[in-house]
Amino acid sequence: MIKTAIDLISLWLIPAIILVVLLWGVIKKIPVYETFIDGAKDGLKVSVDILPYLIAIIVAVSMLRASGFFEIAQQLLAGILDWLKIPVDVLPVMFVRSLSGSAVLGLFSEIASNFGPDSYTTKLAAIMVGSSETTFYVLAVYFGSVGIKKFRHALLAGILADIIGIIAAVGVARWLFL
Amino acid sequence: MNYIWFFIILISIISAAYTGRINDVVNAIMKGAQTSVEVALYLAGIMAFWLGIMKIAEKSGLVAGISRLLTPVAKKLFPDVPKDNPAIGDIAMNFSANAFGLSNAATPMGIKAMKELQKLNKDKKSASNDMCTLLAMNTAGWQLVPATVIAVLVANGSKNATQIVFPTLIVTTITFVSAIVIVKVLEKISPAQKIKVKGDEEREND
Repeated sequence: MIKTAIDLISLWLIPAIILVVLLWGVIKKIPVYETFIDGAKDGLKVSVDILPYLIAIIVAVSMLRASGFFEIAQQLLAGILDWLKIPVDVLPVMFVRSLSGSAVLGLFSEIASNFGPDSYTTKLAAIMVGSSETTFYVLAVYFGSVGIKKFRHALLAGILADIIGIIAAVGVARWLFL
Repeated sequence: MNYIWFFIILISIISAAYTGRINDVVNAIMKGAQTSVEVALYLAGIMAFWLGIMKIAEKSGLVAGISRLLTPVAKKLFPDVPKDNPAIGDIAMNFSANAFGLSNAATPMGIKAMKELQKLNKDKKSASNDMCTLLAMNTAGWQLVPATVIAVLVANGSKNATQIVFPTLIVTTITFVSAIVIVKVLEKISPAQKIKVKGDEEREND
């Protein structure tokens, strides 16, 4: 019931927003077409502005993934992870979810097909992926769009919240699925 | 950020030396740079569309209306934003888009909000407290239903993919609330923005 309602809202939200905005614009006698064009002009400019920030973070993350660092970390942390009942294969998800959205989805798909969609490993990974945003990407894009170079406490807040998210995901998964 | 970025690259190169994958890492640099351009280009189109729609919403007074409606809540989270400022409306739309998993719409709206906050910012190179709060809201990204994750589970033949909806909602809520609390606590400790003081150390607090 709740799920179908949420599905329906998700499906209709975009058309509804567009419709309400346009309707309201017409009622208020705004030249909607010209105004749209005027606003849309900034689209490419924003992309150009954020590009250097994106390159910095995406290249660094690609290097980290290719370097085999996660395999080394898995070996080093195997004991602790086992004690915490975190499957080793979830470890890359824990790191990558803050760094790259497409990469974490790739990792998650691998886990789902290797361990089966209803295994504990997959469920834990699912909760971790589903409850997170790619912190570093968001920082890069949002601050990049306005040329902010000093992130101040936004960076630390993002990282700490990510860590709490991982702990919460493990706690909830152990409580419900183990 | 300077140190984090440096460490990611340093660890990559050290690990690659250890695993013997230097070649892979070099390829990853090219591939990563290329991906960045693809992402930026992909964003350009959808960004332009939503920025256009948002402009209409702003001109017609819709964003200001939402701002007015949310002023009591917004005053607490974003104390430096003046009453009826369009930033609040943008932030509200950004949050709602995130909640429903519409990241394509959420990003342009968030950027729009960022630009409004930048207008109020006294030091254009350094993030204001309100900007950090907006970022915390977005890096924690509160979401009702993890649609993509469910899609992957279903694609892999899960019988009960919606089982993860409730636990994920708990975790995302915990994360979101913590992010707000953390950013508000850090705001008190974090050194204030420097205004008109130039030539000082570059690495204040990042």
